[in-house]
Amino acid sequence: MTITEKILAAHCGRKELSAGELINAKVDLILANDITAPISITEFKKIGAKSVFDKDRVAFIPDHFAPQKDIKAAEQCKLLREFSREYGLSLYFEVGRMGVEHALLPEQGLVVPGDLIIGADSHTCTYGGLGAFATGVGSTDVASAMATGECWFKVPESMKFIYYGKLNKWVGGKDLILHTIGDIGVDGALYRAMELTGEVISSLPMYARLTMCNMAIEAGGKNGIMAPDTVTEQYVKGRAKREYKFYSSDKDAKYVEVKEYDCSKIPLTVSCPHLPSNTKPAAELSLVTIDQVVVGSCTNGRLEDLREAAQVIKGKKVNPNVRMIVIPATQQIYLDSMKEGLAEIFVNAGAVFSTPTCGPCLGGHMGILAKGEKAIATTNRNFVGRMGHPESEVYLSNPAVAAASAVMGRIAVPDEVV
Amino acid sequence: MILKGKTWKFGDNIDTDAIIPARYLNTSDPKELAKHLMEDADKDFPSKLKAGDMIIAKSNFGCGSSREHAPIAIKAAGIQAVLAKSFSRIFYRNAFNIGLPIFESEEASEKISEGDEIEIDADKGRIRNITKGEEYAAKAIPPFMQELISSGGLIEWTRKRMKA
Repeated sequence: MTITEKILAAHCGRKELSAGELINAKVDLILANDITAPISITEFKKIGAKSVFDKDRVAFIPDHFAPQKDIKAAEQCKLLREFSREYGLSLYFEVGRMGVEHALLPEQGLVVPGDLIIGADSHTCTYGGLGAFATGVGSTDVASAMATGECWFKVPESMKFIYYGKLNKWVGGKDLILHTIGDIGVDGALYRAMELTGEVISSLPMYARLTMCNMAIEAGGKNGIMAPDTVTEQYVKGRAKREYKFYSSDKDAKYVEVKEYDCSKIPLTVSCPHLPSNTKPAAELSLVTIDQVVVGSCTNGRLEDLREAAQVIKGKKVNPNVRMIVIPATQQIYLDSMKEGLAEIFVNAGAVFSTPTCGPCLGGHMGILAKGEKAIATTNRNFVGRMGHPESEVYLSNPAVAAASAVMGRIAVPDEVV
Repeated sequence: MILKGKTWKFGDNIDTDAIIPARYLNTSDPKELAKHLMEDADKDFPSKLKAGDMIIAKSNFGCGSSREHAPIAIKAAGIQAVLAKSFSRIFYRNAFNIGLPIFESEEASEKISEGDEIEIDADKGRIRNITKGEEYAAKAIPPFMQELISSGGLIEWTRKRMKA
């Protein structure tokens, strides 16, 4: 069996499982945010359950339009707050303690290897980087699971990706996953588990693993997953709030398709408008001028991401024609950025250093684009109107490319600046 | 279940930001959401719709975010079914969970033109193009999904199971 099949089997009391089966499985953690939880709350109340299945396993995180951007958003956040109080949820994260959900939960050790996690947010697949099965579902799925502690799944076929060779300078997890999506397309892994393997993955630090699994959904994947190892052990040791278990795929596990990538041939990669699969080498895009740069999000808002951007922009200035917005994904990352002097580097360069929020990534607030404007962002989607006006454009990149572009006022590679 | 209506055609990879832009997600009121359905592609789309119309799309319909607001907006706008070559997986489960009928058919997706009047026999998985006089097959709906539909959606299904 594959790692995905093993985790699903373990959560529905089965020894064997194969792709295509429909199962009802127990979930270890359920999450929803200020956009998706309000519907979950309404639907949960229709079920008529007196309590949630486990008060310590339902996480409500207002992060999308929080800090509350307008009255309607404030009303939505209020629903989460009041429900959490009424039902005694221990995992409600108020503004000031919250962070971007998919950065916050791993950081706090609330999602651990071997878990089965569902979230009413498509980027829930991020936690595959820890060796967990995690997938995005809808608000109604969450409502049902809040009552029962279970969710229905079709066991996905697994698709194996093998990354080998030496990474080029400045190339990281973001480039690998953008390159992969560019290769297979936005539905290249539709309904499938994306198992990311190989010597390059084994040597990737945790933040880059989370970045890669985060974007499995952009290839249509049900989940992205990596076998846990010593890097995982180092990361979860001391932070895991629950017991964890390492699973790995058997040698004779079945894969519907295998893809191999020689990483020495993968350049710094940018997704051009309006699909994540529309990838080009960053170096070929130097004629694209930009108005805004965003460094942050559940994809690239972790401390190491900010360090990469800071390394490029240190001592330089943001181009006069550019607005640069840096958003640490959690309060801890914010604090660490202050202690390490990263916040100072960004502010001295002329960038904004913001409180945690998903904000601009989905065109919510904190950096919306006007008609005709272009942004390069370390976020995960560049659909039409994603960051604002339907006639604005978003280019996706890693943090170092985004920072270099902020300095140059056009899409640039870090070596042009550093 | 027989569904009959006029069709509106869309292309590949219609994402949830196109179906309902995130700037309107500060509410989950179905009527409010329906006013903005597909508006970045066609500002007047919601006002052109008649109750019972259907959406015909190509591959990967509903890709992107997990927002249930997308199928909710479609349903509240009066669209009675969506037919596509394929659906993104979260949209697929959301549609069944909230009771929006969806059908997968490569042939129908290719051959139906905008404005064609079609009739879908949901139980038999047959799609009849009344305008063109053609008939196509839809992929069979898995038994569990049929159970969800006949229960009236996931919430009703869960409610019954918890009582049992």
